[in-house]
Amino acid sequence: MSRLESFATAVRFTLATWILCGLAYPAIEVAINQVMFPFQANGSLVQVSGKIVGSRLIGQRFLGARWFHGRPSVVNDDPLTSGGSNLGPMSRRLKQHLIQRSMRLRKEHPGLRGVRLPSDMITSSGSGLDPDISPANAYLQARWIARARGLPSDAMDQLIARHLHRPLLGLFGEPYVNVLTLNLALMKTSPEVH
Amino acid sequence: MMTADAFWQIVAIVLIAASLSVPFGRYLAHVFMGERTFLDPLLDPVDRLLYGIIGPAQTSRPMDWKDYAVHMLLTNVLMGVLIYVILMFQGHLPLNPLHFAGVNPELAFNTAASFITNTNWQNYGGESTLSLFSQTAAITFPMFTSAATGLVVAVAFFRSLAAADGGRNLGNFYRDFVRALTRVFLLPCLILTPVLVWQGSPETFTGQAIAHLVQGGLQHIPMGPVASLEVIKHLGTNGGGFFNANSAHPFENPTIITNVLEMLLMMLTPMSLVVAFGRMVRNPRLARVIYGVMAIMLMAALFIAVSAEQGGTPVLAGAGVAIVHGGGQPGGNMVGKEVRFGNTQSAMFDTVSTAFTTGTVNSMLDSYTPVGGMVSLVLMMLNCVFGGKGVGLINFLIYGIFAVFIAGLMVGRTPEFLGKKIEKREILLASLALLVHPLIILVPAAWSLMAPYGVSALGNTSMHGLTEVIYAFTSTAANNGSAFAGLSGNTPWYNIALGVVMLIGRYVSIIFMLALGGSLAAKPAVSETVGTLRTDTLLFGTFWLATILLVGALTFLPALVLGPIAEYFAMHAHLVS
Repeated sequence: MSRLESFATAVRFTLATWILCGLAYPAIEVAINQVMFPFQANGSLVQVSGKIVGSRLIGQRFLGARWFHGRPSVVNDDPLTSGGSNLGPMSRRLKQHLIQRSMRLRKEHPGLRGVRLPSDMITSSGSGLDPDISPANAYLQARWIARARGLPSDAMDQLIARHLHRPLLGLFGEPYVNVLTLNLALMKTSPEVH
Repeated sequence: MMTADAFWQIVAIVLIAASLSVPFGRYLAHVFMGERTFLDPLLDPVDRLLYGIIGPAQTSRPMDWKDYAVHMLLTNVLMGVLIYVILMFQGHLPLNPLHFAGVNPELAFNTAASFITNTNWQNYGGESTLSLFSQTAAITFPMFTSAATGLVVAVAFFRSLAAADGGRNLGNFYRDFVRALTRVFLLPCLILTPVLVWQGSPETFTGQAIAHLVQGGLQHIPMGPVASLEVIKHLGTNGGGFFNANSAHPFENPTIITNVLEMLLMMLTPMSLVVAFGRMVRNPRLARVIYGVMAIMLMAALFIAVSAEQGGTPVLAGAGVAIVHGGGQPGGNMVGKEVRFGNTQSAMFDTVSTAFTTGTVNSMLDSYTPVGGMVSLVLMMLNCVFGGKGVGLINFLIYGIFAVFIAGLMVGRTPEFLGKKIEKREILLASLALLVHPLIILVPAAWSLMAPYGVSALGNTSMHGLTEVIYAFTSTAANNGSAFAGLSGNTPWYNIALGVVMLIGRYVSIIFMLALGGSLAAKPAVSETVGTLRTDTLLFGTFWLATILLVGALTFLPALVLGPIAEYFAMHAHLVS
């Protein structure tokens, strides 16, 4: 076997596997999945009266006492730069962030005095785009949202219970609620007055 | 201590993976021993087409270890060049909806080295750097081929251990490769991608969606053929994310179902390969001992990591965060973790990822507790707890050769392994194969810590900063790819140093391993007598484990003491830095 022939074989081999794995495979999958699951394949985009208001899977910022808030994000909920803080467990900056967030919450909501906060409430996520919060976090926020919107608090609790995701088979994963779904449901029960 | 839920999740996942690995291991043995499988009628025509393109003469001739290594290197170099060129010129190539410019030369080198070596270290954020063409043609592509390269090299090594012809025929590189591609990687990927899409992973050639948010403002949401990349990323123990946040990103890993599926995909081939090894060297008892020792190390790692993350940190407790899991909240250390996974599924995922040298993460290791992060670091330092495609098992066998040698000296018997005498040449090659690893971790890490251009990239200070650097070189040397991501690696020094470490960690190790296999294959088999030290017993398995821990501890303990262990004590003394 000459060197040149070995080289030519390797070139043919590289191009064949490239076309198969790098071009054909993704193209086939796009074609199949655009037909089978068009909603998910295009990013689980949620529309309200014909307008895309976000992706069910991507966190977005909510402000004010009338809405459920997602987790803090170190990338300002910008999907173009996903990521976490990458601060270590004994980082001074991490400590400052946590205490600032905790103080702000406790100042805005005096009812939180003496309450240990759910651990997802003031920690930033790994993706910076976490679309979910824990049920404890949601129930806590429901107290002041109910007050701000003038809704009975058991109506809020029912709303959360209706949108609660439970662990798979009662074992795998954690319970959570999706913030966008919750807020859109909230919008239906008590429309915003603009 | 961990919650009961966490305990049962770990047990359940390991049991499911183990029960899948037995039939799949048998299937792997069939595929690489040239036996018939039920998929042959479907896949044989595809194989024949590929053989036809590559060249029928080249795909049928026998190869010895040198021939095999040469063709492995040659094809890998060509693939690396192809990836490098695509990345450099992506600005002029199609499918670039967000109009990204070409990648700079150092980063393109680092990325090409990273993906052909199955490392998938990323000094870039995918969504802000790569076109969709690059994501498929330069990232998804080598995810298949680097995985297949690792697998066929392992198979050739197994054949050299069982060779009866002195190692003249270890199979044909191209033939093995094609069979690995079609039968082990492509078919499962084709079938499983729709499962990920069903759960929410996008699969599209549209570059982004623009959302008009509920409270006003715009959000640009990048996406692309994510799901097809995700499946091979895990099945091929690759680990490189489509997005910067990797499998923490809701598009890469949207639900608990995808999290479990991605973990099982990572575990499937490395675990099965131990079963296949037992069949290929006709010593299933030995394979059971190896599997048992690896499984014990894996379980221990999972328990320690999950307990550590559930335990939280003094900084969190001091800020008024609930540390105990329960009452509808996750507790523990949720910094850098996602609510849908909590502490348990996060720590499990990252631990599995480093044991199986994948490098994918669903939570940010840099923000882990000192012990939780150290588990991942130690798994990569040992690099033999199942490991990636064959590499972990081969490392484990090399430790075994040492164990045989040490035990042989202790009881005064001639060291033998798999019916071959272990002599000077084998010990020399085994030493070299094992020593490469600490050498390419500790030397460049020390260099980085002494140089201003090394230290300026740190994202954290003091012990944690040291761990960031040690972690980076350990991860690249082990071809893992996970990171303490606070380190800003996209600098000329880190791009080149880490790139070179990945190349050495992969190819130099492979060549020593194949040479060792060739050396063993060329030896006459010695028949087993009552004087033979048996390697397929529980006693020897324990000794084997002790050898691994001892060699690992002697090599890396100083670095661990200065990094995560010091940090553990400092953290519990309520220090901050």
